[in-house]
Amino acid sequence: MTPDPPASTSRARFLAGVRRELPLALGVTPFGLIYGVLALAAGLPPWLAVAMSSIVFAGSAQFIGVQLIGAGAPPAIVILTTFIVNLRHALYGFSLSPYLRALPDRWYALLAYLLTDEAYAVTIIDYRREADAIHRRWFLLGAGLTLWTVWQVSTVVGVLVGAQLPPGWALDFTLALTFIGLVVPTLRDRPNIAAAISAGIIAVLAHGLPYQLGLVAASLVGILVGTWLERRV
Amino acid sequence: MIQFLTVLGMGLVTYLTRLVPLHYLGRKQLPAWSLQTMRYIPTAVLTAITVGEVLFRDGRLAVGIDNHRLPAAILAGIVAWRSGNVLLTIVAGMLAFWLLQILVA
Repeated sequence: MTPDPPASTSRARFLAGVRRELPLALGVTPFGLIYGVLALAAGLPPWLAVAMSSIVFAGSAQFIGVQLIGAGAPPAIVILTTFIVNLRHALYGFSLSPYLRALPDRWYALLAYLLTDEAYAVTIIDYRREADAIHRRWFLLGAGLTLWTVWQVSTVVGVLVGAQLPPGWALDFTLALTFIGLVVPTLRDRPNIAAAISAGIIAVLAHGLPYQLGLVAASLVGILVGTWLERRV
Repeated sequence: MIQFLTVLGMGLVTYLTRLVPLHYLGRKQLPAWSLQTMRYIPTAVLTAITVGEVLFRDGRLAVGIDNHRLPAAILAGIVAWRSGNVLLTIVAGMLAFWLLQILVA
């Protein structure tokens, strides 16, 4: 990796953001592809699968949304679940806001749209290290636009590929496998393990509830159990 | 149409979770409990969805040997635990599932 140029022009900061984001953007490419394939397997029309990537622009929420919409869940449940899953973005906003003071409103509007896990990860590292306060916004803009572009392209490719694949391949199973890959490595401490087990048990017991309410109930119980155990320790 | 409106709603709440803290709440301190709570959101939500996807077929609990997703998911869990790699987990799980489909069917 080459060091950033000392110049603190907006252009240099923008390009630094692009460069730092590129490895992460390449990393999400397979997930953009899988998302596109999965969206069609779940029964979404191709145009909506593509539109979701620019309207929502949040990987895990899109995976969940596709599954719930495909299962015929009511809009309120889909939107509520999206909200719960994306609450973590609030942490990113809190964490970056001291570095991004007194910008014109249109900058907040744009940067908020681009504030994903991957853009935040490189941006907070840069902001903690970089003294230049004037051109900070350009770094996040560069990182965010890089990820945005790669995500849109990989989604379109995934939708095009998914349209060619036979349904017998059961590619909807990749959803569960993706989540297993995300969750299992977090099960290293008691609160997380208890959160997973209790959410899983409630998910089985409450599966018959209408409107996918069982999912909401299981999530809330898991979150409460994890939080409660952590406070006790 | 209803699907499109749902996606718009998803986009709106996602955008608000990003915009409000960045722009309006930046000067406030976040209470400690909210940080603790957020740590368990992914674990709880993703587990709840995964359990439904793996253990239920056509709305019924399916834990018999004819549910090939179950052993494939268990194998995927072992791969995830040992590797911590999401892509590897997906590949291992899909291969195990397809293999069972071919061998048993």
